[in-house]
Amino acid sequence: MTGTESAQASAPKIGPPLWLLAELTYRCPLQCPYCSNPLDYAQNDQELTTEQWVSVLRQGREMGAAQLGFSGGEPLVRQDLPELITEARQLGYYSNLITSGLGLTEDKVLAFRDAGLDHIQVSFQASDPELNNAVAGSRKAFEQKLAMARAVKDAGYPMVLNFVIHRHNIHQMTDIIDLCERLGADYVELATCQYYGWAFKNREGLMPSKAQLIKAEAEVNERRRMLSEAGSAMKLIFVTPDYYEERPKACMNGWGSLFLTVAPDGTALPCHSARLLPIEFPNVQSQSLQSIWYDSPGFNHYRGDSWMPEPCRSCDEKGKDFGGCRCQAYLLTGNADNADPVCSKSPEHDRILAARRAADHATAGLEDLSYRNPTNSRLFYRG
Amino acid sequence: MPKFRPGFRFQWEPAQNAHVLLYPEGMVRLNESAGAILAEVDGQRSVADIVAALEQRFPEAGPLADDVTGFLQDAEQQHWITLS
Repeated sequence: MTGTESAQASAPKIGPPLWLLAELTYRCPLQCPYCSNPLDYAQNDQELTTEQWVSVLRQGREMGAAQLGFSGGEPLVRQDLPELITEARQLGYYSNLITSGLGLTEDKVLAFRDAGLDHIQVSFQASDPELNNAVAGSRKAFEQKLAMARAVKDAGYPMVLNFVIHRHNIHQMTDIIDLCERLGADYVELATCQYYGWAFKNREGLMPSKAQLIKAEAEVNERRRMLSEAGSAMKLIFVTPDYYEERPKACMNGWGSLFLTVAPDGTALPCHSARLLPIEFPNVQSQSLQSIWYDSPGFNHYRGDSWMPEPCRSCDEKGKDFGGCRCQAYLLTGNADNADPVCSKSPEHDRILAARRAADHATAGLEDLSYRNPTNSRLFYRG
Repeated sequence: MPKFRPGFRFQWEPAQNAHVLLYPEGMVRLNESAGAILAEVDGQRSVADIVAALEQRFPEAGPLADDVTGFLQDAEQQHWITLS
């Protein structure tokens, strides 16, 4: 007994997963070249059944999850979405629908509200139809998004608009914020691409230069000042690329600390990118969520700090940033144990510096990017 | 008349042993006094009503008007609630 107790005392205390991200499907009508889904997503078209998702939601809520994201792919392609929303509300989740707006209708917006959906986030690709539709790989996307953003607002939801920012639209900050003001947005996420999945593949064609970033930050700050003076409640959230930082982000607030993602086929992940790591992750079809979160080797792999090599091991900031992002370490150094190379203390920080230099001289146009679609995806597992 | 803004939900979370405020992709874990004050916000009662209710519930705490009003003003600045 004593032995067990002391072993428990020395292990890092594991809190409950407060956020559950349900990636209902990888199917999507858009082809955004920065999609966070795996490059080889088309290889895996298995999806959990409605009953299996309901079980995941129940188990997650039981464990303490309060925030629930319905994401994808495009979650609207799942015909059972209304059922899942109803279940989520009954369980007491705060549920968020992360959507491109394609496939949404005014009737669905109202029906989801009545079923208890709390929030719909509509993503845009740019402030004008031409660029928006070119990035999305869809000719009618922009008009549909505008209509759905308005429908969301009219139905009484908080309006959250998300723009993924990259070198081809970062000059539009002011226009984007103006558009959001006209639409009456409550929150605007200006999220610079994070370089995983398709965005990593297309990084050279997406990453803004330092000069572009500085200009954009100044524009956002100016708009913030104006909004604050006007007493506007519209909140601007500008996520800048960590490639221009000298210290890494505290990725996911620590591995297996708050976030639990369930991929379309039931694979449970500590974040939506972790699938690219050479680590075996458990599946909700063969294990309870409880044992996945607390006991599985995959979720315990990077908990605590005993796994850290130098320079993280002896770093006095390791409790703050947890060594950064494991996926980024893996993508850039080939070993997920390493310090995130964003950190200037990382011996491989030069990879970040090289990416910054490349961004200063990049010439690739939108047409040079690899778009996220089944044909391109197949290239990544056939080869 | 304090009222939660659209998209904000206040509820008790047993796993966190606390009241929380949930909003689009975010959550604030509230301390005991914040939880007790926001529990009274129903969009029907005025600040004065809320103060009176809390003073009745916590007689040992003495007059609460300043603390409650100050907190509700903060909550308005955070855009959690509207006051008018």
